[in-house]
Amino acid sequence: MNHAYDVSHFLAGLMLLASFALLYQDRLLAVLRSFALQAIILALAVAWEAWVQDRPHLFITAGLALGLKGLVIPMALHRMIARLGIHRDVEQVVGVGITMLIGLGLTALSLLLILKATSGAPSLAREGLAIALAIILLGLLMMITRRNAFTQIIGFMSIENGLILAATGARGMPLVVEISVAFSVLIALFVFAVFVFRIRERFDTVDVEALESVRGDQ
Amino acid sequence: MSPVVYAVIGIPFASAIVLAVLPGYRLGAALNVVASFAAFLVGLSLLTVTGGADEYFIVDDVNIVFVVLNTLVGFTAALFSASYIGHEIETGRVTPLAVRFYHAMYQVMMGSMSVALLANNIGLLWVGLELSTLITVVMVGLYRTPEAIEAAWKYFILGSVGISLAFFGTILTYLAGQAALGEGANAMSWSLLHANAARLDVSLLNLAFVFLLVGYGTKVGLAPMHAWLPDAHSEGPTPISAVLSGLLLNVALYALLRFKMLIAANPDAMRPGPILIVMGLVSLIFAAFMLYQRRDIKRLFAYSSIEHMGLITFAFGMGGPLANFAGLLHMTMHSLTKSAIFFAVGHVAQAKGTQRIADIRGLSVSHPGLAIGLTLGVLAIAGLPPFGVFMSEFLILTTTFARHPWLALLPAFGLVVAFGALLLRLQSMLFGEPNEPVHEVEASSIPFALHLLIVLIAGLYLPSALVAWFQRAAEFLG
Repeated sequence: MNHAYDVSHFLAGLMLLASFALLYQDRLLAVLRSFALQAIILALAVAWEAWVQDRPHLFITAGLALGLKGLVIPMALHRMIARLGIHRDVEQVVGVGITMLIGLGLTALSLLLILKATSGAPSLAREGLAIALAIILLGLLMMITRRNAFTQIIGFMSIENGLILAATGARGMPLVVEISVAFSVLIALFVFAVFVFRIRERFDTVDVEALESVRGDQ
Repeated sequence: MSPVVYAVIGIPFASAIVLAVLPGYRLGAALNVVASFAAFLVGLSLLTVTGGADEYFIVDDVNIVFVVLNTLVGFTAALFSASYIGHEIETGRVTPLAVRFYHAMYQVMMGSMSVALLANNIGLLWVGLELSTLITVVMVGLYRTPEAIEAAWKYFILGSVGISLAFFGTILTYLAGQAALGEGANAMSWSLLHANAARLDVSLLNLAFVFLLVGYGTKVGLAPMHAWLPDAHSEGPTPISAVLSGLLLNVALYALLRFKMLIAANPDAMRPGPILIVMGLVSLIFAAFMLYQRRDIKRLFAYSSIEHMGLITFAFGMGGPLANFAGLLHMTMHSLTKSAIFFAVGHVAQAKGTQRIADIRGLSVSHPGLAIGLTLGVLAIAGLPPFGVFMSEFLILTTTFARHPWLALLPAFGLVVAFGALLLRLQSMLFGEPNEPVHEVEASSIPFALHLLIVLIAGLYLPSALVAWFQRAAEFLG
């Protein structure tokens, strides 16, 4: 049984590493690749949970993570980036060094918080939940420190990765919610895609900074 | 579960499909009104349903109040929307195809809000709120102007961050219930969680509530997570501003209240009251001061919504049957009055061709009917007697005064500050030399009049059946 713990912790840890990679990459395509990698590890982690917990329907969630977030969405965004011709660097509000330090702090915070709060819960859920929270907070950090519409999308989707990791780690959580999460990601992408298209249409840029300047009255 | 519950949810979704394929915006607008009216009638008939809960849905005194209010304002806003959207097509701000899309989305939004309100499964509650958020994001961006896109973007980013945190809180709540209720759907059922609240894992429940408070609190528009709200209100179509202010904020607050009841039922968990009181007061006083700097008429009333949601959160934070009663009453009065104001504001903006307060002058000369309507609405929301808002605010202040006299000074201060700002802005719009351009507006005054009439009657006389109903809900809220 300890074997099962080790593998799921290993995969969750890899996802956390991918979250840090998302923070320090400074090229748009590299960010996209790190995200695809995280989604593929998520798929593995969910598949592992499905096998260990003996809940075959979780394989659907794993398949969705792999197919949709690991392949289809990165490829679609890749094409969009190529079409718009924006291979340039990611603009950062805060420098990489400071962002990484804040990220480390957030990870420590979520470990301390969850491990303290869940002292009574079974141990598999505890560490998985702590790492999932760290991934969610790092995704938030990414959305805050990057002004580019694409990196904000990717930050949001990495938050969703953390949420799915947490949901599958919680033993026996009903399928309804898992499907709905996958579904909502789909809608989210639809909305996002529409917006990116419209932003391009209006401003010839996907830099969110350009949006700020048109705001008139507070 | 009673078929009425499925009808409340089913009617909007079914009509959304019909509206999506129906050509012609007039027909679409008419069907939108009919469908919303049908949903309202079915919502009313929930009153005859005996409460109960199954795996997915729950009916009790609390959510019946919300469902009836939601479907009523949904109906009147659809009525207003029918006269409003025609003008928007004529002036070329939207295409007929976009309007068809708008009508279908309107019904999906109403349906998803009903799902959230009637859900017993806390995951389903989250799905309902998430869906209604995504739909309103699209609606806010309907005009496709740079401002509308920026507002929709900001709303989307902040809304989805909030909703993600709320989902994490939902997972934590499930884990808190797992030890007592076992793995599976039981630990997601609100009624079972509530019945077994004392056996839930305390530290997990506390942590869950913090995430839910920040997550759903963002959607309620509580400061400091309110940044999306003024943008979303000012840039979208006015019927959507009315629905956002009057309904969606309530639904998010309802979600928060459900979890507040859960945590309050556990004797060892933290007290949710003080946190809600502080957040409510911060929002109330902050928004009251922000009112003075507004230059856009819809932003002005958006900040007024933050102020009132703050007051309502404060009342529920005080807790107890009396304060909860006052909070519920104020929520109802605010929904009706604020959506009525947005109806009037929508016509004012169309008549003057602008939303800038500085460019709206001499309304009392150029459009006396609109001027009277706007004045009545603003006086009502500012809390002047004999309107219902006065009574609910008075109730909140007196119950607070009876329990913590010094604490009552803070909301009273905020309300006075807001009162000054609203009158100042109203006066500048009503009087002065009327400015060009002046458009003719075919305004439908029925929705506006209906709302203000209810608010006026509620201020003068509350039927005892209504009082008893609200009291039951307030007592259940704990």
